[in-house]
Amino acid sequence: MTAAASIGRSNFRRFLGGYGQEIVVLLSIILLFIVVGAVNGRFLSDNNINSIFAGNAYIAVAAIGMTMLIISGHIDVSVGSLIGVIATIAGTLAVSGYPIWVAWTVPILFGMVVNAGVGALVAYTRIPSIVVTLGMLSILKGGLISATGGSWITDMPPGFMIAQMRLFNIPSAVYFMVVLTIAAALFMRYTDFGRAVYAVGGNIEAARAAGINPERTVIGVFALHGLFAGIAGILFATQLQVIQSTVPPNLELTVITASVIGGVSILGGTGTVIGSTLAAILFACIGSALIFLNVSAYWLRAVLGLLILATVLADMIRRRRSK
Amino acid sequence: MTASKLLRHETILALLTILALIVLAFLSDKFFTAENLLNQGRLMSEVGLVALAMTFVIVTGGIDLSVGSILGLTAILFGVFWQNVGMALPVAMVAAIACGTLAGFGNGFIITRFNVPPLIATLATLALYRGLAEGISQARSVRGYPEWFFFFGQGEVLGVPFQLWILGVATLIAAIILGMTPFGRATYAIGANETAARFSGIRVNATKLWIYTAAGFLASLAAIVFVSRVTTTRSDMGTGLELDVITGVVLGGTSIFGGRGTIIGTALGLILIQALKNGLALSGVKGDGTIVVIGVVLIGAILAGAIFDKNRGG
Repeated sequence: MTAAASIGRSNFRRFLGGYGQEIVVLLSIILLFIVVGAVNGRFLSDNNINSIFAGNAYIAVAAIGMTMLIISGHIDVSVGSLIGVIATIAGTLAVSGYPIWVAWTVPILFGMVVNAGVGALVAYTRIPSIVVTLGMLSILKGGLISATGGSWITDMPPGFMIAQMRLFNIPSAVYFMVVLTIAAALFMRYTDFGRAVYAVGGNIEAARAAGINPERTVIGVFALHGLFAGIAGILFATQLQVIQSTVPPNLELTVITASVIGGVSILGGTGTVIGSTLAAILFACIGSALIFLNVSAYWLRAVLGLLILATVLADMIRRRRSK
Repeated sequence: MTASKLLRHETILALLTILALIVLAFLSDKFFTAENLLNQGRLMSEVGLVALAMTFVIVTGGIDLSVGSILGLTAILFGVFWQNVGMALPVAMVAAIACGTLAGFGNGFIITRFNVPPLIATLATLALYRGLAEGISQARSVRGYPEWFFFFGQGEVLGVPFQLWILGVATLIAAIILGMTPFGRATYAIGANETAARFSGIRVNATKLWIYTAAGFLASLAAIVFVSRVTTTRSDMGTGLELDVITGVVLGGTSIFGGRGTIIGTALGLILIQALKNGLALSGVKGDGTIVVIGVVLIGAILAGAIFDKNRGG
């Protein structure tokens, strides 16, 4: 009886240890809601909470793919441009009268194929992913602006606007975020492929010796990242009545930051997608909180920067102590 | 690795640059004029200054994503010191450059004292420094600088743009330090094998601290030149600068893993990019089309380098 209880407790402690960063982020979100809600009750209104979650769901979805990529020891600095390109392709298809399912799926496939190509380049030539995706950033961003001339896409068919559809008065984007996060978390934990991603990021030669094909794993994880960026692109395209055909500035950094704050080690091999989603939510909450606390929104980025710095320093100090 | 092997990438790059210059000269008769070339030199000075320091940073195996934000922060502080605090313009200039240099030192301190990977540390300070610039300026621009100040960004000495002189001198100094001094050799050693460098008695942390501080200093210098060239200060100045700079440095043959790279390579990489941008624009390609070409050139150049490496059995 006592033995069972102590096993239960040690399991619980191990669970806490494994998800340390995630729990810190979750507690920060809860604390933020309590404090800001106490200062300004309107912060807790349905409308505001819906807009925090739904308006930023695409960032969380993109961060899922980015987290997998960083766990495998790679990075994609072009993800913001990719989301912009995917949103524009989707909007163009929808406006040109293609069936709606085509407008949803073709851009996602495009994202997967492009990123699988990037993955193949990275895996077989050993060129660092930051360099290849830096080139992709130029190609995608330049291609997007020169193809659209910066014009906006409007008058999309109502059936296309998937992010605005509601179930039980909650925007579908929120369901996408929650379901995709849980699915990805289970996938990373319980499938051979998911474990191979951790193994390749942890020690590529050890992974190879264990019978994993690192090249194929890297291509696969890039393609998966393309899938999530694709879904993020569709959510981004359909959340407002216009697609601006430009990339939200610094979107790639927001996505990478969410992954890092969520507990991914940039050195590869560790991290979870639950953490990155929580971090994306935390950012959205902070952005909204500043408005409700009457702090100028121009300070938002400084607050985020301090937050990243604090997280990273805390992580490094914790690591040093545990050594 | 011998010097000739080190220079192989630079040789290819030099040939590629000359080829590009010839092709572009044929495509547009406005390209190969002294006026146009000097003007292009003016435009690449800010990126060039930062790229010199970035070469050192990447040779040590690090990276600095915050340089664009440091540029923006310095520009804003310069404007605020002068207009709101009421400092004399030269004092404001020195104070702003000091702050920018301190921002660079901050990067180095976080990286060396807490062992934070440079990518993460400077990702954080990218947001922090840009955020400070936005918060301090509240999106208000500063203009109305006195006429003499525009000399730094618009003036000429002996027919050559003033900032090109600064860039030239800075390039020379950087090339000498990296290529011929113990400090330069320490920089390579850290990038090749940091642990080995530490055991060889190289002061790894001090070297890195100097390098990141220098990156802050050069980004601040670039900020003053930038403000003087465009005559106003805005908080979004230098956004995305880091990517232009890193592209130039990597195109120049500096290995992103560290341990390899030269200032000549960086200079050639920058010249090639600027020539492509300008030449293509003159031959009728729209501005955004040229960004695509730069992306293709970057990946192509690295790919070619990787294939050469394989053929050498490396």
